[in-house]
Order: sequence, then C-alpha cells, then structure tokens
Amino acid sequence: MNFQPHDDTEVTDQSLEISGVSKSFGRFPALKDVSLQAKDKEFLALLGPSGSGKTTLLRVLAGLEQPDAGEVRFAGEDFLALPVRRRRVGMVFQHYALFRHMTVAQNIAFGLSVRPRSERPSKSEIADRVADLLKLVQLDDLGKRFPAQLSGGQRQRVALARALAIEPRMLLLDEPFGALDAQVRRELRRWLRDLHDRAGVTTVFVTHDQEEALDLADRVAIMRDGELIQLGTPNEVYENPADPFVYDFLGAACRMPGVVEGGRLTVAGWESKAPKTAPQGPVEVFFRPDEVAFGPIDGPGLAAEVRAVAQRGPDVRIECVIEGEIFELEAHGPTLPNGVAPGLPLRVKPLRPRVYPLATA
Amino acid sequence: MTAAANVSTSSKARLPGLAILLVLASVAVMGVLVLFPLFIVFKEAFAKGLPTYLAAIREPDALAAIRLTLLVAAIAVPLNAVFGVAAAWCIAKFEFRGKSFLLTLIDLPFSISPVVSGLVWVLLFGAQGWFGTWLIEHDVKIIFATTGLVLATILVTFPFVARELIPLMQDQGSDEEAAALTLGAGGFTTFWKITIPNIKWALLYGVLLCNARAMGEFGAVSVVSGHIRGLTTTLPLHVEVLYNDYDFVGAFAAASLLASLGLVTLVLKTALEWRHSGELSASRRH
Repeated sequence: MNFQPHDDTEVTDQSLEISGVSKSFGRFPALKDVSLQAKDKEFLALLGPSGSGKTTLLRVLAGLEQPDAGEVRFAGEDFLALPVRRRRVGMVFQHYALFRHMTVAQNIAFGLSVRPRSERPSKSEIADRVADLLKLVQLDDLGKRFPAQLSGGQRQRVALARALAIEPRMLLLDEPFGALDAQVRRELRRWLRDLHDRAGVTTVFVTHDQEEALDLADRVAIMRDGELIQLGTPNEVYENPADPFVYDFLGAACRMPGVVEGGRLTVAGWESKAPKTAPQGPVEVFFRPDEVAFGPIDGPGLAAEVRAVAQRGPDVRIECVIEGEIFELEAHGPTLPNGVAPGLPLRVKPLRPRVYPLATA
Repeated sequence: MTAAANVSTSSKARLPGLAILLVLASVAVMGVLVLFPLFIVFKEAFAKGLPTYLAAIREPDALAAIRLTLLVAAIAVPLNAVFGVAAAWCIAKFEFRGKSFLLTLIDLPFSISPVVSGLVWVLLFGAQGWFGTWLIEHDVKIIFATTGLVLATILVTFPFVARELIPLMQDQGSDEEAAALTLGAGGFTTFWKITIPNIKWALLYGVLLCNARAMGEFGAVSVVSGHIRGLTTTLPLHVEVLYNDYDFVGAFAAASLLASLGLVTLVLKTALEWRHSGELSASRRH
C-alpha cells in the first residue's frame, strides 16, 4: 500500500520480474523455465488446469517453495534471497488457512502482533487497524467469532483482511473463490477487484476458471504442464489464443480437421479464403459455437443438419450434425433463419475460424 | 439432512433383536473379563479392613515404590512428549526420504515384547553388556538403578504421543504455519503460536495414555530393575514382590492404586473425547 517506486527509473514500471524459474518435485517438473513480468499495481491472473504449476509459482513468489533455477525480483530486489517473513507478501490460501484457535480479530492482528518489539504497533493501534480492516471487508461485528463459526465467504474475507493487515507489497491469492458457491463467487469477484484498485497493490491470483480470469484480471498468464503458454490482456488472449489448448481452455470450442492450400481453406467440403497467418497443409480449424452464421442450404458454409433446437432465454441452442459429428451451436434469436427445426438441412458459416497446424502427436 | 437421519434410524431399527443380543453378550464378556477382576482387586485390598489397607500403603517399601513410580513417570513422560511432538512434526509437516522407516521405528515398541525392550538395555549397559566394563570402571549404575528404569520406560512408551499427534497434524496440514510465515512470524513463533495450540488437546490425550502406560509398565522395567526392595521396585513390581511373599492385602492394596490410576485415566480420556473431539485425531472422535 505504501509501496515506494524505486529510483531506477529506466527499469520502467515492472514491479515483479520472474525469469527462467524451474522447480521439480522429485521427478515431476512443476515449473519449466517460466518467465513473466507484472507491472506495479497490476492484477495478474495465473490461469490453467490443475497440475499446470500455477499454485507452485504462487508459492515460489510467497517464498514457501524455493525454485531449482531462475530469478524472482520484486521492485528490483532479489526476492529469492529474502526469507518468507521478510517478503511482506499477503497470501490468501485456497482454504484460507485461518488460525482455528484464534478469533477473527486475533487472526487479523496476527501479522502485526508478531512483529519485533521495535516495529510493533501498540495494542490500541493494532485494535484500531483490525477495526478498520473488519470494516473494509464488511465484517464489522464478527471480530469475536471463531473461524469455524463463519460461512465460506466470510472466511475468505477474513483471510484477505489478515493478509492486508501487514500492508503487503504484493497480494497473492490461491484460487480465492474456489471453495465458494457460484452466487457468492460472483458477488465477491467485483468486490475483490474494487478492493485491489483501492489498495493499489500488485496482485497475482491463481484460478482454473477462465471466466473469472478474463473478467477480473488486467493480464492473464495461461499455464499448462509447468509452462507459460501465453500472456496478455483478457482481450488479447481471447481473440488470439496462441494454440489449440488455449483456444479450448478459454471457452467452448468446435474443432474440425481441414486443409490449407494456396491461401484457400477447405473444411468438410466448404472452401473459403484462409486467414492470413494460417499454416499450409493439414490443419485444425476452431470456432466458437456462438460465432457462426446460419444460412440456407444453397448458400456458403458447412453443410449441416439440425437435430434439435432448444430455446434458453434470449439464446437458442442448436444441435447440428456436420460431417457425421454432432456440434452444439448457439445463436441469438434474430440471426436464426426462419423455421429452423429438427431435420432441416442448412449451412453453418463460422464467422471467425482460427486455424492451427495439425498437432503431430 | 432428514434423508440421512431417516436412513440411520431405519437401519438401526431394523435389527433390534440381534442388536440387543450383541449388546448383552458384550456386557457379559466385559463384566467377566474387566469389571469382575477390578472388583476383586478392591475387595481383596480391603479384605482386612481400611486400617490394614492404609498400613499396607504407608509401609516404607510401598511409599518408596510409589515415589519411584512417580519419579520415573515424571522423567519419561515429559521426554516422550517432547520426542513425540518433534517426531510428529517432522513426519506430518515435511517430506523427506526415510519417512516411512521413521514411522515404522516409532511403532516398533508397540510390536515387540516389553521384555525385549528391557533386555536391550541389559545387553547394552549390564555387567556383561557392551558398555558394561566401562560403566563399572567409571562407577556409573544404569541397570538395577533408576536410570535403567527410566530408559526402559521411555522405550516402551515412546509411540503414544507421536501416534496420537501424527494423524491429527497430517489432517491439519501445514497451511496455517505457511500463513503465519507469510505474515512475518518466525519459525519459533509459528511453532508456539500456531502448531502447539492446534494440537494441545491431542497432546494432552497422548500424554495421558503415555503416563498410564509409564506408571503401569511391568515387563520392561522388571528386566532392568533387579527387584531391590525400596530402591528399584516400581509399583507394579512391588505388587509382584508382595504377592510372591503371600502378602495378599499388601499386593492388592498396591494394585488398587494402579487400578485407580487406570480409572482416573479413563475418566479424563473420556472427558477429553467428549469436550474436545474436534481437536483429537479422527479415530478418537465421538
């Protein structure tokens, strides 16, 4: 919160610099040569399936794991040389890790009360700070409760208040909404983002929920098998997924084999202009199920037959058979050709197909 | 919730005849095997009236045996509490090679006969043992002395505290400790303010069991004691000595003290299980 920008102005405004970090557990490589940077006060999401190394990376930042190789700098300082307790990072654990034998107020006060005597605020200052934090996380009256007496959402906010109490230089959140139900999750999401903006602290949060990452983060780092696959703003990664994995991971995807030859893309008998960056030869074509146009059977597009139609509020889910395979497509009412009904043959035209070279594996 | 409740009541209600039979059978077995002997101990102890009972307990050798038993327990139990916490902490919170070997080692005293646990000390420190000559030359007495009794007791009661703590600490994981570290606490502060408070009831439970065994241990201490009356006989050994002398009242009076210790332990143990069930390892919960 009272982070002072250091004087090396030529280092730009990068606050967190991770370079070439690797970590193995026994024979299992959890992180492979990961490098990324976060700007000061940035909200960075580490997104990936379980086992992708995102939590390990977070624990390396916190100092709970020591990498086998690589470098971590924060505000120009060698972070790996600092023990956990000197890094002043606020960490919120997936299951909150609240101290079960302490009240909410004692939990929040812990970080201040264990400071060396010379740096420790007085009892009344600590109490004031705890009261402020309880107000900040909207738990004013719950200071005397024990963690076991709180709901999941309340525990999460206590964990956050406890982490903020030490005025962290960086906030680390491990699946902050993982253990909450969908309703609470959505409520807390906006609130957390507001809190980050007000606190003005560099925040790294780990999630496996792409919607959460795209909605909350300034930038998203997508990880798989211990490697950083892509890093960019939510818009960049969603519009330009680096590979089929990222495309698939960021949203519903339809996938079909195709061929690119002489600037033309052929998929299931339909020929069109290939995207500029498309590789030559056999390819995989991806498109989002809601980024398609439906047309009459004599028009351009993939020949399809409707199998089922289900109206879901403003959206329509259309199950089509293309080349013998079933695809679940989505459309908004107006774009639908009149009289779409099971058994009707029509043309499906992917509006923004992405083309990737066919994986050799 | 209601569905679960229904299932449990209906499954309980379905076999009343068999259940009652089983309960009666176990009560009968318990009565014959546990309660009746316990009753006999007290009946025999008071067979010649309260004054004789009190005299048997106040007799110098009996008092010496009580004192020795308390002394041995007072040394062995705290040491094993410390060892137990240290071992459980290593095993539950860290990954290292040889962890399963250490676990097996901790369990070893449970699986070998207490007589062997006593005999190893004789083989090491006895007059004919490995270090026997050296000890005699330097006039250090271990076997047939309090030190030997303490060593034998420590070995036999080693697993109690560790065994109680390991499952609980594994259950709790090390996230709270990690959280304390990120909040700026040092290793020592974290241990005292987070680890110990989280295991205090289970630790007490383990200490209770450890103490009961330490005071009641017979086999291992019998080997190293030498049965020197008033000097190296603990309470269980004192019972044997008196019984062999046909001093039944004395033997049973001493035995009644041990039985009372057992009963007190049982009450405290049950109280712990009821009051702090959430903070004991899962197998102890009600």
